[in-house]
Amino acid sequence: MWSWVAHRVTGVAIFFFLLVHVLDTSLVRVSPESYNDVIGTYKNPIMGLGEAGLVAAIVFHAFNGIRIILVDFWAKGPRYQRTMLWIVVGLFVLTMAGFLPRHLMHVFGGE
Amino acid sequence: MTAIADPKAPRPPRARPSRLTTRGNTELYGWVFMRASGVVLLVLIFGHLFVNLWAGDGVKAIDFGFVAGKWADPIWQVWDLLMLWLAMIHGTNGVRTIINDYAERDGTRLVLKSLLYLAFLVTVVLGTLVIFTFNPCPDAAPDLLPSFCTAR
Repeated sequence: MWSWVAHRVTGVAIFFFLLVHVLDTSLVRVSPESYNDVIGTYKNPIMGLGEAGLVAAIVFHAFNGIRIILVDFWAKGPRYQRTMLWIVVGLFVLTMAGFLPRHLMHVFGGE
Repeated sequence: MTAIADPKAPRPPRARPSRLTTRGNTELYGWVFMRASGVVLLVLIFGHLFVNLWAGDGVKAIDFGFVAGKWADPIWQVWDLLMLWLAMIHGTNGVRTIINDYAERDGTRLVLKSLLYLAFLVTVVLGTLVIFTFNPCPDAAPDLLPSFCTAR
């Protein structure tokens, strides 16, 4: 139940970011200066934390999505759905452990 | 004798509604699409995040030159185009489902879905045009451009 709620919440959040992200990337068509100005705001610490949250949302949505597919198509999926939720949580922690320190280093590590 | 009907008695044929659904199999295809596109998106987006946020100097390294350098390679153009279309269809269909679930009034659903489809159209058209009409070497200070612009 909660994984279902989290799947919806992360999905909507990612969707709205996607709309913004296409807009900001479109500035490459305006001029290098305007693109660099806007993408520069992605490099400040607050946005850096936002990006960490965004990546966390994507990673959960991705792994839980695979779990949903397995529940739907794998004969034993429904029986192992709870076990698979813990696998999702485990993979999420592993992936974030690989991403977070490096990303925070880029954001807070100075020049 | 009991008044309960024999449980093994054949069930009387159920009256068949004249229309089972109004939309054919569209919802089924949508359901299949969410799963198929989801797997492809996992690969595309994890690759995108790895190259843009993890490899090299991460978010610090992203600027016009970085994007131009990537899109000089047709593989990244196709990658980003596919990612744009699949993510937008996947996301729009997901939000459509959520609107159907929570917006109870017909008028509310109509307004929200109209906004959603408008956002879909604008974003997909804009993103596609940008990928195909992008000029990696516009008139600008050379230090803002990828190195291959000045090398020629």
